[in-house]
Parts: sequence; C-alpha cells; structure tokens
Amino acid sequence: MKQTFCYKFLYFTVIVLLLGGCNNSNETSHPGVVEALTPEFGDTFIEASIGDASTLLPVLASDSASSSINGLIYNGLVRYDKNLQIEGELAESWDISADNLTITFHLRKGVTWHDGAPFTSADVKFNYQLYIDPKTPTAYAESFKQVTGVETPDPYTFVAHYDKSYAPALMSWATAIHPRHLLEGKEITKSSLARKPVGTGPYRFVEWVGGEKIVLESNPDYFEGQPYIKRVVYRIIPDVSTQFLELQTGSLDFMGLSPLQFDRQTDTPAFRRLYNKYRYLTFSYTYLGYNLRRPLFQDKRVRQALSYAINKQELIDGVLLGYGSVATGPYKPDTWVYNGAVPKYSYNPDKARELLAAAGWEDTDNNGILDKDGKELAFTIVTNQGNDLRSKTGEIIQRRFKRIGVAVNLRIIEWATFLKEFINPGNFDATILGWSGGPEPDQYNIWHSSKTGPRELNFIGFKNSEVDRLLEEGRRVFDLQQRKVYYDRFQEILAEEQPYTFLYVGEALPAVSKRFRGVKPAPAGIRYNFNQWFVPKAEQKYAR
Amino acid sequence: MLSYIAKRLLLLFPLLLGITLISFVVIHLAPGEPTDLQTQLNPQASSELQDRLRAEYGLDQPLYVQYGKWLSRLVRLDFGESFATDRRPVLDKVLERLPVTILLNLLSIILILAVSVPLGIISAVQRNSGFDRITTILVFTGFAMPSFWLALLLMDWFGVRLGILPISGLKSLGYEYLSWGGQLLDRINHLILPVFVSAIGGLAGFSRYMRSNMLEVIRQDYILTARAKGLSERTVIYKHALRNALLPVITILGLSVPGLIGGSVIFETIFAIPGMGKLFYDGVMMRDYPLIMGILVMGAVLTLFGNLLADICYALADPRIRHSHQGGRSS
Repeated sequence: MKQTFCYKFLYFTVIVLLLGGCNNSNETSHPGVVEALTPEFGDTFIEASIGDASTLLPVLASDSASSSINGLIYNGLVRYDKNLQIEGELAESWDISADNLTITFHLRKGVTWHDGAPFTSADVKFNYQLYIDPKTPTAYAESFKQVTGVETPDPYTFVAHYDKSYAPALMSWATAIHPRHLLEGKEITKSSLARKPVGTGPYRFVEWVGGEKIVLESNPDYFEGQPYIKRVVYRIIPDVSTQFLELQTGSLDFMGLSPLQFDRQTDTPAFRRLYNKYRYLTFSYTYLGYNLRRPLFQDKRVRQALSYAINKQELIDGVLLGYGSVATGPYKPDTWVYNGAVPKYSYNPDKARELLAAAGWEDTDNNGILDKDGKELAFTIVTNQGNDLRSKTGEIIQRRFKRIGVAVNLRIIEWATFLKEFINPGNFDATILGWSGGPEPDQYNIWHSSKTGPRELNFIGFKNSEVDRLLEEGRRVFDLQQRKVYYDRFQEILAEEQPYTFLYVGEALPAVSKRFRGVKPAPAGIRYNFNQWFVPKAEQKYAR
Repeated sequence: MLSYIAKRLLLLFPLLLGITLISFVVIHLAPGEPTDLQTQLNPQASSELQDRLRAEYGLDQPLYVQYGKWLSRLVRLDFGESFATDRRPVLDKVLERLPVTILLNLLSIILILAVSVPLGIISAVQRNSGFDRITTILVFTGFAMPSFWLALLLMDWFGVRLGILPISGLKSLGYEYLSWGGQLLDRINHLILPVFVSAIGGLAGFSRYMRSNMLEVIRQDYILTARAKGLSERTVIYKHALRNALLPVITILGLSVPGLIGGSVIFETIFAIPGMGKLFYDGVMMRDYPLIMGILVMGAVLTLFGNLLADICYALADPRIRHSHQGGRSS
C-alpha cells in the first residue's frame, strides 16, 4: 500500500516536532498522534448523515444510514479485523471441516441482549431461518440459501452444513444477529424493533426523532468492555454544505469530506486546530461499461482502443483532485487478491487509433469522426443524476474520445428512470457507474454468464466460459493462495477483454475532531476500533 | 348563504375524486417502481425478492384495481402504509412532520404580513418617493435571490463567523437539560434564520400587491369625498382606504391555507428541518406511492377548503358580494 499516512508517536514535550514532521505529503494532517494518556470514559460523538435511517432491523435495511447505526447496535458471529482478516465476534472460534462443508461456531458465553436476556445458539438458528424465510423481504438471503442444514448441539455451539464448498460462507455469518426472544413468531415487517432495536452490540438504542436525529448510548455490559465514548448522536442533515458549515463551528465530530473540501476548504489553521484529516482508498471503483450486446462493442479491439483513449490519471486529477488511484480491475489495489501485473492501458491515443483502424474504422469523409460501411463511430454514455463525479468523468471522456474521432453523447438521467428504462432492458450503449465491494473477492453476481438476465447485475452481457469456470472455482476453495490463482487469471481476462474500462478507485477523506484519541488508520479504515476511541477528561465537551 | 355553502361543499367531492384519479395515474406513469429502487444494483438481492415485494405492495395488479383498493381505504380515512422499508402508516409519517411545518409557515406568513402591509401602504401613500424606490429595489432583490444561497450566506455569517445563531436543526443537543426559558430561547434561536429566509421571498409579492391595492383605493371617489369632508389625512388613509385595500388579502390568505402544510424541499434540506417538503420529495424519489398520494390528497383538500373559506369570508366582509348572492337567490 502506498504510504499515505505519516505516523508520529509524540508526547506533549516534543510536540514541536510536528511542525517539521510529515513532509511526505502536504495535504495529510497529523493523524495517529498518540499521547501518553489512559483512556477515559465519557463525551458524545456527533456525526451527520444525509438521509434518515429506514429501519433498525438489519435484515430489512439496505441503506447506508441504517447500516452504520445497526453496526453499533448489533453483532455478527464473525467480522473483519483491522487488517481485513476474519476474526470472531459473537463466535469465540470456529472449525471448518476437512471437506469444507461444515462450519462449527463456538459462541461466546455470558453475552446478553440489551434487555438482559442471554444470547445462545438458538438465536443464531432463528436468524438463519429468518434470513431464508420467503416472507422476509431481505436482500441478504442469497448466501444463507447455500446452507443445507443447521444444528445447535448445545447453547454455545452452532453448526452450519453446506453441500458445496462455498468460500464466502464463513464471512456470510458476519450478518447481524437479531434477538429470537423478541421476534420469533411475529411478522418481521411489522415488528416494533424496527424503530426500537435490541441487539448485543457496543451501543444501546436511546431515541429516534424522525428526520432529526438518532441517539445511542454505550452498553456497560458489552462483552468486549464498555466503549469509552458514552453517547453517539446521528444528526440528519440532508445538505452537505450545511454539514460542512456545522463542521466548521465544531458541532460535528466527524464528516466524510469531498475532495474539494479536503483539498481547498479545510486547509486553514482554524480547521486544523479542531480536526485531524485522514485519507485511504475505498472498496469502490468507477467504470465505463460497454453494452456487449451492441454490435459496435462486440469487437474487442474497439473496447481496448477506447480504454487507451482515456487518460485515467487526468480523471483522477480533474474529478477527484488527485485523491484516488487508477483502477485496472474490480479489486482494490492494496488487497491480497489484486493482480498488479495486468496491462494498465496507459493513455495512448495513437495506439487507440491503430486499434480502431485495424477494426476497420477510418475517417473516409474527413469530418473528424471515424466511420465504417457508411456508419459513424458514435454512441451515447448514460449515467445517473445526482452524482457529480460521474457526470464530470463523462464530460472528460467525451472530449478524449472526440480526439480519436469517436463521437459521444452524454445523457444524465434520474435514478429510477435510469434503472427502469436503460439498465434493466439493456437499452444503453455505454454507462458510467460504480461498484462497491468488500474484502471478499467473489464476483460471481457481476461477471458470471448466468447473471445476464433482466434485473441482474451482469447487465452489460459479459459471457466468457473461462471466467465462468474461474468464478465457480474461486468461490469453492477456502485457501487464499489457491483462490488468488483463480482471481489473478480472472483479472487477466478482464484486462484483455476490457468489457469495462476500469477508471478509478476513490479515497475516503474523513475529518475527525481532535478531541478523539485512539484513532489508528489501518487497511480497514479508521472506524474499525471506534470502541477504543476516547476523549481525555479535560477535553470532554458534552457533560451528559 | 347557507345553501350556497352547501352547494359548494357538495361540489368538492367530484372535484376531489377527479384530482385523486389524475394524480394516481400520473404518479404511476413515472418510470421506475419502489421495488426497483430497493433492490436494484444490490449484489445481494435476487430477482425473486423483487417479485415478492411487488406482490406484497400489490404492484402486480392492474392499475384500476390498485386505485380501487387505495380509494376504498381512503374513504375510511386510511391513507395506507408507506412503501419505504419502515412500512409505517402514511398518517404517522405526515403527523410527525406537520407541527414543525405549520409552525414555520405560520411564523413566516405573520412576518410577511407584519412587514409587507405597512411597507405597501407607505409606498403607496408616498408614491415615487425615495422610500418607495428603495423598498422596491430591496424587496425585488429579496425576491430574486435564490433562497438556498441566501440561507448559506446567512448561516456562514451568523453561525460560523459571528457564532451567534445555530446553523441547522430545530433544537440544540442538550435541549432536554435546559431550563424552561432556555428551551424557549433555544427554539427561537433555531427559528430565526429559517423564518427569515422563507419570508424574504414572499415579501416582494405581498408588499407590491398591497401597494397597488392601496393606490387603486386612493383614487376612488369615496376617498375624494372623505378628503372633501375635511377629514385628516391619517383618518382618510387608515380608516377609509386601508380597510378596503385589505379586502383582497383575504383571498391571498385563503390561498395560503394549503401552503401551511406544504414545505419547501430546498429550504428544509439546507436547514436540516424535518418538514413536509423533504418528506414529499423523498417519497417521490423513492416512488413511495401511498405517501405521495396521501400528501397530495391532504394538499388538495386544504386547497379546496381554503378557496371555499376565502369565498365565504369575502362574502361576509364585502356587502356587495353578499347582496349579489341574495339577489341571485331571489331571481
């Protein structure tokens, strides 16, 4: 990973060093400054969300506001640690049978729900049934449908059986566990827990004022110890300019900044006095996807030529102000599965013209646009409204394509219409969109040829029998070395075929109030150890 | 008079039915369904889930069946449940947002009236004076200024630079722990900027309206008569002219009744105020049909009643109209 952070472990007496330190990058501030302080309890952490949560039952929620709150209220059996390795949460440990078909979880003892009831394997079993129940309208059933049977030999052991080896299986048990004693036999969509949740997590629910705020309080009985920060308040502030103004007055303790805010608007002494800024790559990338059902894009050379015609670094500099990395495939550049050896398609307009000429596209009528058999090389790029980065990306690409004689129209369409009229029926030439993933490398739903149906995710219609086989194998083996072999080849094929031009991976640019200590950036970001964050007594701002 | 009101009331029903029918059809004409938005492009959601959701919402039935079902619930005053993931009753969602919206709109109307009526009168009486010209420029500047921009400027000035007013929201964080007076002050502080910004756009229209009414009235013969009688200018303006000039205000107030529950998306978004505008906007973006229809119906009912109320008040206040109706009845 490119070193984007500058760690300095300083004490009060040598703080002068800060002035000269951190010269590898002038835009990063000085995160990770750890003073010799013992953690203390108290204070409130206030952050803003642009949308209200929809439901605090994780099984039903799919919006990010709900998910981030649910993440503090509920636990799963396992989770990712700071290095994105799987570690136990509600499960203390687990065994995977030699044939990879059975996972046995050994659960933590003495864990209680927020209402005091004990957590047992019966809760886990109930959750499995809840997720696969056809009456539960959940987006998370898929991975549990691979389970063929479950057992609860005793209150602290839970066994899941599979009939096919399925690598994402273990991590699928990171899904939030709901309380059986409050939900069993009731209709999940009518449960009052949606607005008054009970979990096992580090924070307990206090109140939810619709459209205004959600308040959580630390759980003194949390099995990993009570978190230091006493209260967490999510304020709903739909406008990011307003959020930014609130941040400047110090009324917010956390905000994910835009590149513009990070680069230009927070470089003031006043801001630096109040906040630490961090930057790290996110698990999401932006791409230009070609509809492979269109004859124009069925020729690989055309797709490759278009990739050569795009200056990815220019996009990162222009759109993200430099806060991003070039994408070469579906994986984040600093992960174990990333294959750095694939062709990068660096900007090369001459190569692009050559490839197009080889494919038969030439400017016979000298109007600046290439043509073949009397047809001009022209198409439309569609993207959704409301994402400024995508529309800017489209405009820059449009200009680059024009230089090699490709005429491109850009259409920006409201989200619901965009899905219904363009993506679902496959009624588009090319589209700028993004995918968000996670550490799990399985890409079956996006690239497998069986997923090209209506409303499915392989909407560009990519079909490649070798990729199909690699994706099937890749999700079957557990060993990371072995998996990497499959996914390395998968990335090579994608690089060769260029069904997407992979554009860039953005960076998360959070600002955190300096009151909060114990923030330690890691591959997992900064929020993974939120329970260990604390504010020294002298700096605590909110007494209650 | 009574039969006039009864007739007007009866006419409301077919009108309302027509409004709901047109709204219902138009909303469903917009491409995209709530289920698309909840499941689409989510790597985890399956196609069956979407079908299940459609069936659950009743979206798999023909449109006229959906309308019939919705209407039959409406006549029992049941607005149905929202299609959002929380599935809360539409009425709950609306009632949660209503008090804030009404409070803000009332305060804003009061502020508009309090400022623009005197402004209009003085401008009319001192027509083409320096005062008249300056107010004209000022109110039109206010009218032309984009409210979101003004709001951000004021927030930056009073909230960030001067630090004397809160930027957004309705209450401070420690509100519950404040004294009674402290709570009141906190509330007022939070309302100053939103009320000011929402009123500024309305000032222009209303004060201009007031001014032209007044000018109209001053030219009338009875004002000339009053002046000829030797009444003081004060009495002429404030007793004889003002009353007549205020009459059309009734119409405007009647028309603003539906506005009481309507909010402005931009303005609520900027100030982080959970009001009706944002609720409706989010509903539209999510294709939350029951919520959209619920709010539209309430808005339509209030519009119709507002008009009716204005007409009745007009009749009560203006003898000419009252008499013309009585005349109509006898003929």
